Amino acid sequence: MLVGLWKLTWIEIKIFMREPLGAIGTIVVPVVVFLVLGRILGRGRAPAAPSPNSFVHVGLPVLASLLIAVSAVLSLVTIISIYREGGILKRLRATPLRPYTILTAHVLVKLLLTAATLLLMVLAGKRYYPAGVHAPLFSFTIALLISTCSTLSIGFLIASIVPTARFAQPIGAIIFYPMFGFSGLFTPVASFPPLLRAVSRLLPLTYAVSLLQGIWNGEAWSAHLGDIAALALGFVLCTAISTKVFRWE
Amino acid sequence: MPPVIQVSGVRKTYGPTVAVDEVSFEVHLGEIFGLIGPNGAGKTTTMECIEGLRTPDRGAISVLGLDPFRQVYRLQARIGVQLQQAQLQKRIKVWEAVDLWASLYHKKAIDAERLLEGLGLTDKRDAWFMNLSGGQKQRLFIALALINDPEVVFLDELTTGLDPQARRAIWDLVRNIRKRGKTVFLTTHLMEEAERLCDRVAIIEHGRIIDIDTPAKLVDRHCPERTIVLATNDPSAEERFRTIPRVESVTSSDSRFTISGRGDDLVTSVIHCLSENHIPVTDFRTILPNLEDVFLKLTGHSIRE
Repeated sequence: MLVGLWKLTWIEIKIFMREPLGAIGTIVVPVVVFLVLGRILGRGRAPAAPSPNSFVHVGLPVLASLLIAVSAVLSLVTIISIYREGGILKRLRATPLRPYTILTAHVLVKLLLTAATLLLMVLAGKRYYPAGVHAPLFSFTIALLISTCSTLSIGFLIASIVPTARFAQPIGAIIFYPMFGFSGLFTPVASFPPLLRAVSRLLPLTYAVSLLQGIWNGEAWSAHLGDIAALALGFVLCTAISTKVFRWE
Repeated sequence: MPPVIQVSGVRKTYGPTVAVDEVSFEVHLGEIFGLIGPNGAGKTTTMECIEGLRTPDRGAISVLGLDPFRQVYRLQARIGVQLQQAQLQKRIKVWEAVDLWASLYHKKAIDAERLLEGLGLTDKRDAWFMNLSGGQKQRLFIALALINDPEVVFLDELTTGLDPQARRAIWDLVRNIRKRGKTVFLTTHLMEEAERLCDRVAIIEHGRIIDIDTPAKLVDRHCPERTIVLATNDPSAEERFRTIPRVESVTSSDSRFTISGRGDDLVTSVIHCLSENHIPVTDFRTILPNLEDVFLKLTGHSIRE
């Protein structure tokens, strides 16, 4: 069945690239936003001496990376619901393809897309980003992919329950974007009032932010095992629920 | 030889709705078997239970000796499926779809290029699915259903929404599938399609099968009436028509006569009467009942209602 998985993944990549706004919307836009915002916020600062924890130095790269992941997830939610509505999922399932192979192909497409966009962002950032990009890139990519997996599982849960394709994107956006506010990306979680802190602790994005910020700053993986465990737990939980409630048609 | 498909006592409900109830029939090797009935009669549900896409609440199904529920992957390797109103990815190319499908089956798939050629899709191999016409999409779905050289082919409402010309072309393709020794199971709500294509049909209504037989035998059994319409100015004609054996009624308006009766020899008898009595006719037409009439007779309403 591996042959089927690679073929399907490759076809889905090609199909995605044929979408009128597919490649531009998900790859070019985040990179441009990252660079433009960086220019605006970083104006007047000397690139050689950034303040260690400034938003431009760590926050914005992490935010941009997470936006890449979340937009990949939203696009997954939309694609799955369109495929369901059009009977494409059903048609694929009426073959020897195993159901998980069909869904795994989509996850692979999104992970590859996330990694590719991140790479582009870093390459562009090395040249044009005011604070420069000095993060351990390989580790950061792995950290982002771990975060994306966890976010994708929430996406699958949303895709499992949204009634029609028309609602998929807005519902996904309403669920994901507010999470950024509670994730500690803009204000440290420690400075939240107790209730907000509790909410924040329940959101997988909070752990993703903590992990990504840490790795970007060059901290060791061992310092973030808790974050990884939390993301893994979220992944397992959401995946388990999705397999129970997922509708193929 | 055991039947290719054996369905006995199948029932399937969706909440309070009974979609299929006590459905039983057999499909034999090498025949085109049609499940006919109006929309919502339970045709698709029955077919999808046989394909292993749905699980019946009750009853037993065997396809090629396999249980579609427990042995679904072994079954799917040996059958070909076309689903009602299915779609593919909008921007998948024809050859990509065929190539993907071919890669999914363990046994050597048949030559994809020749398959596309046989279905008249060669010049569309690089076209996106969304840019195909309705007939081309259906032909692509036939290609996907045939790619693994299946023993049984399932076709659900294959020609719905197609123009008559495209429909006829598809009928020829289905006959070709049978010619290669495959068994075909199809559903349709078009009586003409069933009559022209199927060796045997099962009429289904409200989830129950009403009768099963060859189209000709169903017509003979349920609608044995024959009607002849002719035009003549001979004043003695009406009286003579009434003396023909097995004629049940003769009605006339102006110089047109409608003669109704039973039996295959009614038409011969009428012609014989015309020639023996030298009755000049300016028009002569026979109206033979078809599956449409059988359906009306059995259910009390037309299939299109």
